[in-house]
Amino acid sequence: MATTEHLEVPDPAARAAAALGAAPDASDFSDIPGERMVLNMGPSHPATHGVLRLVLELDGEIITRVAPDIGYLHRGDEKIAENMTYTQFIPYTDRLDYLAPLSNNVAYVLAVEKLLGIDQKLPPRCQYIRVICCELARVSAHLLGLGCYAMDCGALTVFMYTFTEREKIYTLIEALTGARFTTSYTRIGGLARDLPAGWTDQLRVFLDGVGVTFDEIDTLLTRNRIFVDRTKGVGVLPKDLAVDYGVTGANLRGSGVEYDLRKAHPYLVYPELEFEVPVGSVGDCYDRYLVRMEEMRQSVRLLRQCLDKLPAGPINVADGKFVLPPKPKVLTRMEELIHQFMLVTEGVNAPAGEVYFGAENPKGELGFYICSKGGGTPHRLKIRSPSFVSISVLPYLLRGRLISDVMPIIGSLDFVMGECDR
Amino acid sequence: MTALDIAQQLQREFGALIASPVEFRGEVSVGVGDAEKMPAVCAFAKEQLGCDYLVDITSIDNHGEDPRFVVVYQLYSYGHRLRLRLKTAVSEEKGELPSVTSVWRAAEWLEREVYDMMGLRFRGHPDLRRILMWDGYPHFPLRKDFPLAGKPTDLPEIAFTQAAPEEGGPFVTVAGGQDSAEREPRVRGPKEPA
Repeated sequence: MATTEHLEVPDPAARAAAALGAAPDASDFSDIPGERMVLNMGPSHPATHGVLRLVLELDGEIITRVAPDIGYLHRGDEKIAENMTYTQFIPYTDRLDYLAPLSNNVAYVLAVEKLLGIDQKLPPRCQYIRVICCELARVSAHLLGLGCYAMDCGALTVFMYTFTEREKIYTLIEALTGARFTTSYTRIGGLARDLPAGWTDQLRVFLDGVGVTFDEIDTLLTRNRIFVDRTKGVGVLPKDLAVDYGVTGANLRGSGVEYDLRKAHPYLVYPELEFEVPVGSVGDCYDRYLVRMEEMRQSVRLLRQCLDKLPAGPINVADGKFVLPPKPKVLTRMEELIHQFMLVTEGVNAPAGEVYFGAENPKGELGFYICSKGGGTPHRLKIRSPSFVSISVLPYLLRGRLISDVMPIIGSLDFVMGECDR
Repeated sequence: MTALDIAQQLQREFGALIASPVEFRGEVSVGVGDAEKMPAVCAFAKEQLGCDYLVDITSIDNHGEDPRFVVVYQLYSYGHRLRLRLKTAVSEEKGELPSVTSVWRAAEWLEREVYDMMGLRFRGHPDLRRILMWDGYPHFPLRKDFPLAGKPTDLPEIAFTQAAPEEGGPFVTVAGGQDSAEREPRVRGPKEPA
C-alpha cells in the first residue's frame, strides 16, 4: 500500500518575507507597487567596502528606499573580550578597522590604561611612537579610502598610485611590528618593542616621496570635471543631521562641524604638536574627499614633527604590576618573578569601575567602553564603531538619488565592515 | 561648566529619579532610577543641557543580580565639550524600556544592536529588528548564559558551532578560564565527536 507523505515546502515569497522580519516597515518589500524593483547589492560586491548588503528599492534609476544589511563580518569580538585578559584582546583590535590596525591598537590600550589609571605615566618616547603609529595608520587608511572611492567612480589610476604608497607603508610597518596588517604592536603600559635601527630614516624617505603622490592625486581628481560632477552636491549631509546621527571623523568635519578629538580632548602628545583640522562647508561627497586629502597632508606634517622631537628613553611604564618586568630580573628576583607570573596567568588586575575612551581614528571616533568588576578580564567591553554609524546614514543619503550615486556616497563615507560588525 | 554641573542640573530638574553622580577616572556617571523616564531625561539633557551627540548605547548583563540588565547611554556635548554617562536598570521579567529615538536619530541603530545582542526591547522604536545576526535567529548572544562557542542553529551549513579540526588538540588555548592553567591544560585527549 502506497503511503503519501506531505512535504512542507514554504513558498519563496513567504520565506523571503519571513526572513526579512515580521514588521511591515523599512525591511518588508512585499508591498511595493508595480513599477518598483528591488535590487540586491552585495554582500559580495567590489564596491561595498567589505561585506555590506544593500537592498535597494528602485523606481527606474531612482532609489526610493534602502535597507543596509550588516553583520556578515560579525565575529563576536565583544563576547570574546569577556573571556580573555586585556592583553589577549589586543590582536582582536587589529581586525576591527583592518586598514589602520595600529590606530586600533593604540585606542584600545589607551582605554585600558585609563581604566588602570596609568595613562598619565606613559614615558614620552612611548607616546611619540604611538602618535607616529596613529598618523601612519591615518595616511594608510585615507590612501586606501580615497583610492577605492576614486576607483569606484571610475578613476582606476588613482587606486594604483595610492596602493603603491601603501605598499611602502606596509614595508615600514613590517619592519616595525613583524606583520603588514595584523600588527598587535601596543601593549598595556607601553609597546611590544622599540623602533628598529634605521626605521626613522626609512620613514623620512617615505614622507619625502608621499607628498608627490598627494599632488598627483590632487591633479587627477580635484578639478577633474567628471569626478566633480559625480561628487559635488551629491550625498549632502547637513550639519544638524550629522550631529543627530552621531557621525564622527572626516564625515562630520565634511559637514561643517569643527571637531577633532585630537584637539578637543587631546591624548598622548598631540597638545605639543602643531596641525590644522580641515573642515568642509557643504557636507557633500566632494567636501569629504577634500577633507581627507588635507588630513593626509596634516598627518605627514605631524609625522615630521614627531620624528624631529622623538626623545630617547624607555618605552614601557616601569611598573611590574602592568608591564612584564625585564627577563634578567624575572629569573633572579622574587618580586619580578611574581609580577611576571601574575601578569601572564591572570592578566593585569584592573580596579572595578567603568571608563569610556574615544580616539580620533581614521574612520571617526573609535571608542572603547570597559565595564570592569575587578580582575584580569572585562565584564563588558563595548566597541563604539564609527563605521557602524556611517552606514546608518546611508538610508538618508541614498533616498531619492540615482543608482550611480551609490558609489560616490559609499566611497565618501569611507567605512569598513570589520569595524562595523566587530 | 563641568560634567558634574550638568549632572547636578539633572538632579535639580528630576529630583529623586537621578542618583548621585559617580566620578571615576575623570568621568561622571549618573544613575536614572526608573527606565520608563529615560526619554524625558534624555530630552532634557539634549535640549536644556546641550548633550546633542549620543555616542553609544550599551547593555550590560549582570547575570544573577536583580535587576539583571543595565543600559548605559554615553552622551557628549559639542557646545560644552564634555561627556556624561547615564545608566538605568531593567529587570529580566520586564525586558523592555522606552526608546530614545525621538531624541537622537543615532539611537535607531544603537538600540537595534542592544536588542539583537541582549534581547531588551525598546518600546516606540520605529524598526526594532535584528541588525548583526540574521532575522529569525532565536538567541541573544551577549547574555552571560549564552556560551562563547555558540549554540546550534537552523542554518547548519552556514552558521555552525562545531570546533575547528585542530581545536581541542593538546596545545590549543581554551577561552574562559580563570587563569592560564585552566586555559592551557597540559594534555588533552582527543575530542569526542559532537
